[in-house]
Amino acid sequence: MSIFGIIRIALKSLTRNKTRTFLTMLGIIIGVAAVITMLAIGQGAKKIVEDQVNSMGTNVIMVTTNFMQSSSNVRQAAGGGNLLEVADVEAIRDNVDGVLYASPVYNTWGQLKFEGSNWRTGIMGVDADYFFIRDMRASQGELFNASEVEMGAKVCLIGKTVADNLFGDIDPVDKIIRIRNIPFTVKGVLEAKGQNVMGMDQDDTVIAPYTTVYTRLLGQRWRNMMVLVSAKSKDAIQLVQQDVLDLLQSRHRGTTSEAFSVRTQTELADTANSVSNTLTILLASIAGISLLVGGIGIMNIMLVSVTERIKEIGIRMAVGAGKRDVLLQFIIEAVAISIIGGILGILLGFGAAKVVGDIMKWSVDVTPWSVVLSVGFSMAIGIFFGWYPASKAANLNLIDALRYE
Amino acid sequence: MAKQEVTRLLSTEHLVKTYIMGDIQVHALRGIDLSINTGEFIAIMGASGSGKTTFMNLLGCLDKPTTGSYILDDIAVHDMSEIELANIRNQKIGYVFQSFYLLPRTTALENVELPLLYCKKCSLHDRHEKARHALSIVGIADRAKHFPNQLSGGQQQRVAIARAIVNDPAFILADEPTGNLDTRTSIEVMAVLQQLHKQGKTIIMVTHENDIAQYTDRLITFRDGRIISDKPNPNPRIAAEDLKNLPNLDEED
Repeated sequence: MSIFGIIRIALKSLTRNKTRTFLTMLGIIIGVAAVITMLAIGQGAKKIVEDQVNSMGTNVIMVTTNFMQSSSNVRQAAGGGNLLEVADVEAIRDNVDGVLYASPVYNTWGQLKFEGSNWRTGIMGVDADYFFIRDMRASQGELFNASEVEMGAKVCLIGKTVADNLFGDIDPVDKIIRIRNIPFTVKGVLEAKGQNVMGMDQDDTVIAPYTTVYTRLLGQRWRNMMVLVSAKSKDAIQLVQQDVLDLLQSRHRGTTSEAFSVRTQTELADTANSVSNTLTILLASIAGISLLVGGIGIMNIMLVSVTERIKEIGIRMAVGAGKRDVLLQFIIEAVAISIIGGILGILLGFGAAKVVGDIMKWSVDVTPWSVVLSVGFSMAIGIFFGWYPASKAANLNLIDALRYE
Repeated sequence: MAKQEVTRLLSTEHLVKTYIMGDIQVHALRGIDLSINTGEFIAIMGASGSGKTTFMNLLGCLDKPTTGSYILDDIAVHDMSEIELANIRNQKIGYVFQSFYLLPRTTALENVELPLLYCKKCSLHDRHEKARHALSIVGIADRAKHFPNQLSGGQQQRVAIARAIVNDPAFILADEPTGNLDTRTSIEVMAVLQQLHKQGKTIIMVTHENDIAQYTDRLITFRDGRIISDKPNPNPRIAAEDLKNLPNLDEED
């Protein structure tokens, strides 16, 4: 008998017991939907991380010291001379090949006030280069320039979050805000960047010239500084990274390479990616387990179904069904359940991924390979878990099967 | 009656079937020599344990003999593989069982189509027609769309008979076809079989009821795995006439 005939028989016997068929399918539906949704969420997370890494700027290298200064200005390691200085930034900019921009970055916190409202946020003191390194633009007003940095002008740019909280509907440009009671003129509002890799709001910030921040907000004894460098090209990053390290070591006698940490954007991206990959694998394996459980469900039902249908198998054999016909019928039943379940699961997975994406405001991507993977997997499950019950059915003794009550 | 020409349908020689149950050997058949011609209507009789069911299983190619030969339509069936036997069952033999053995949740028509689905040579497109035709021969074409649980015992057995003849087999093998039916329905079923016999079908029927056996042309009796008598029945009863004489219980009620 032709394979189409057996497929027809198999499908017919599935439709004869719709409830059982559907319940068996449910395991696969949920399993496949879970795999697809989880992989989509993982992919979405990965994309977000990539976007965030890119939002840092292009070809960025971060230089920090491995000495931390506590808030009470007590240094935790000996040798103040080891810490970065503004002169280091100039040296890097002038002496290292392949460096496009370099900027010191001072970080502090402060209370901002504008008329009745106030807002506490992080304040960054940077050079005008910083905007080019991080690819920042002003959405309103304009950026401050190098001469304003040199002069130590009391100007600043504010992020969108700060603008929203401090000004509401008022246009902040050219308004004067007080940062720790020192008046600053708002030159502009930065274009929104969203969250960074660590999940922090990059728009909740105030950026001012480092000279002003250093003298007005931090004071002479403040030593905690970071340097942000951007390389000319992607290929230059590694060389620049090494040269910067060498330069700093030669400028600060008696330090080892451990004193400075020179990290690149790629390294950061790699770390973030490996985190999101781990997350994806974790989610997918949980989903995979539910798919496996669904497969075992198929085997379970098929085994019960074989026992329940012993007499039917006997009748089929008596009227001329061979072992092969019975074997194929049961395998096709199992495979049909898993394939139809797989297709329904894909649809459900698409839906769930979309809902999750809408709720979490993520771009949740259903990748084609996750569809191929889960359909292939569910088909394999059908054959694998269908085989044993099917061979059990096919190897029944005809007379025993006919007489089975 | 249909005895136009005498052609050998099947023959068995020294057919032996021995079951081994633990240490004990059970000799179900102790050497059966029998030949059956095309167009015969035969009753195989015997008490339970006489070996008639075992013999029927062998004739029906449901089981293989321990020793001996079985030639069906000039084919040596006794040493065929299981795949070939499945084919023989499909092509040559139509089964009617005591408890009908219809597939549940499957319409009468689909039940009758079943052998056609497993037929390698048959085309599938005319199977509905064939099945409908078989149903009309046994007189229940109007029940084609009914499920077995919506049919009476007699109707179910007719569906089973339709299934047996749909592939136009070499012979019909009926195992206690009236065993689960009341007297009147039994005679009705016998009338259907006699009608098929008249149309030239060979029918081999296993029964332990003597009065049912009286509707056949040849009576073969088994005891202890051997044939103890094999004699023609010169004046078989006519089921159709018996039906007329039977009081109609339904109308009396």
